[in-house]
Amino acid sequence: MNHTLSTTMQVNNLSVAIGDREIVREVSFEVTTGDWVCIIGPNGAGKSSLLKSIAGILPSAGEIRINDFDLNALSHRDRACWIAYVAQSPVIPPGMTVFDYVMLGRTAHLKMLASESQFDIDMTSFVLDELGLSEFAQRQVASLSGGERQRVTIARALAQASPIVLLDEPTSALDIGFQQEVLTLINTLRKEKKIAVISTMHDLTTSGIYPDRLLLMAQGQIQVAGSATEVLTKENIATHYGANVRIIDDFGRPIVVPTDF
Amino acid sequence: MCAVAVCATILIGICVGAVGISPLQTALELLHHIPGSNIHSSLGPIDSAIIWDLRFPRVVLALVVGSMLASAGSAYQGTFRNPLADPYLLGVSAGAGLGATLEIVLFQSPARWSLPVAAFIGSLVAVSLTYALGRSSVSGRSSSSLVLAGVAVAALLTAAQTLVQQRNSDKVREVYAWILGRLSVAGWSDVWMVAPYVIVCTLILLRYRRVLDVFAVGDEEALTLGLPVNRARAVIILAASLGTAAAVAVTGLIGFVGIIVPHTIRLLAGNSYRRLLPLSVVFGGVFLVFADVIARTALSPEEIPIGVVTALIGAPFFLYILGARKEGSLV
Repeated sequence: MNHTLSTTMQVNNLSVAIGDREIVREVSFEVTTGDWVCIIGPNGAGKSSLLKSIAGILPSAGEIRINDFDLNALSHRDRACWIAYVAQSPVIPPGMTVFDYVMLGRTAHLKMLASESQFDIDMTSFVLDELGLSEFAQRQVASLSGGERQRVTIARALAQASPIVLLDEPTSALDIGFQQEVLTLINTLRKEKKIAVISTMHDLTTSGIYPDRLLLMAQGQIQVAGSATEVLTKENIATHYGANVRIIDDFGRPIVVPTDF
Repeated sequence: MCAVAVCATILIGICVGAVGISPLQTALELLHHIPGSNIHSSLGPIDSAIIWDLRFPRVVLALVVGSMLASAGSAYQGTFRNPLADPYLLGVSAGAGLGATLEIVLFQSPARWSLPVAAFIGSLVAVSLTYALGRSSVSGRSSSSLVLAGVAVAALLTAAQTLVQQRNSDKVREVYAWILGRLSVAGWSDVWMVAPYVIVCTLILLRYRRVLDVFAVGDEEALTLGLPVNRARAVIILAASLGTAAAVAVTGLIGFVGIIVPHTIRLLAGNSYRRLLPLSVVFGGVFLVFADVIARTALSPEEIPIGVVTALIGAPFFLYILGARKEGSLV
């Protein structure tokens, strides 16, 4: 689980089926340390299912390789050492303190029946400190605001110390100020901590700001992939979202505005 | 602190009763039984027998059964993320009830040991059935499908038990006495019957206390944190159900201990299972000893079934918990 080396994850022909309905069909892409790949697409496109199958929650066909090995051959515990996952609406355990919640991130590094060592406790304090959450350590997670909670769930993923972090709609429940704060935080962390980030995102304009690459998914498949200017075009959005939009160029960044003509 | 509480409880449990015995004499009498000790109490042979052969085993039985029910209740609440889960959730009680009823009805003068055995087998069959059904449902082994299977199995077995009981109305009183729960006065044999299961099962549950905290974030997130959710839940359910089945087999159905005790501890010591589980073991036992003291003395010389006492204390308390829940502190 060495962080200093570069990690590359290759997803090859990944398919996810629930019952006999195929939600994700033969998706392939690659992500390397320091990258931020963002999956966009209309509701029901299969974005969340794709993340869940990489996280190991949903079974999938196809192949996920990290460096040279097959991720699906690992136990859940070993998989968690490589991949951390932040759910769209994380479960907030009643009565649990921020410190205990963030320390749950250490689970994969412990034997199932072991207790946390001093190292795990120090690691948790360190992460809380880095994200400016130390003053909240003994508060209950349930008592925090939406923006603070999202920082706490990201802190848990960092305590997990995995080189790949999956974020399902990290900003969907936040107002514009907290959205900016969380996105900036993710952007800083991926560079400083050498993490590969794969996120889904709802807001098209926002998805064009930080991620290096966008994957536009529709009907379970990646339809378009590339930089924000390549993916966020009037035609692509009309075809895959059925929406009428105008694209405004803001110093090289596309701004997507709904329009009626 | 916990050790003091347990020792004090044992003394009180032994002293209080139809024949009053002083705590000092009780302590001396107990110390006298420690091998190699040179201490003698001034009690006569009758008082000595009351302490050693009647009250002490009964107090130990209450401690053991109370510990098991409270720790199994905590474990169920944790692994199902359901504050209302109790040790009987997966059909342990209904299975034991059917097993005991069949035994009482089918055998005219059954041997003393056979009733617990029949109840034990009944609850194990019920939990296995629940687990097999919950597991084969479409959504996999999610916790809600297990709970639903438990509800169905409990309903089925309770109906069967009611039918058998109704067809044999001459035995109703006996069946009823079992269902209300009682701490037996048969001396040490009941203690030896249940203690091994309880010790093994509570030790397993205690080792899973950190894992129960991981369950708090839900199955999906627990999986991505690296917890083998289904395997861990299977072990916890197995230990909690086996221990509960052994307890129920000997004492009948004693309700509410598995809910009141863990929730009181949550209110006082927080929600982390690292503290909750050990404290449940200690105070589940303490609670049941006191409930038994009330059961023995409140309407003396008549004895109230202990299941009635725990429910009389438990039901109002339960409503209080539901009230507290609305303020968001518990759920």
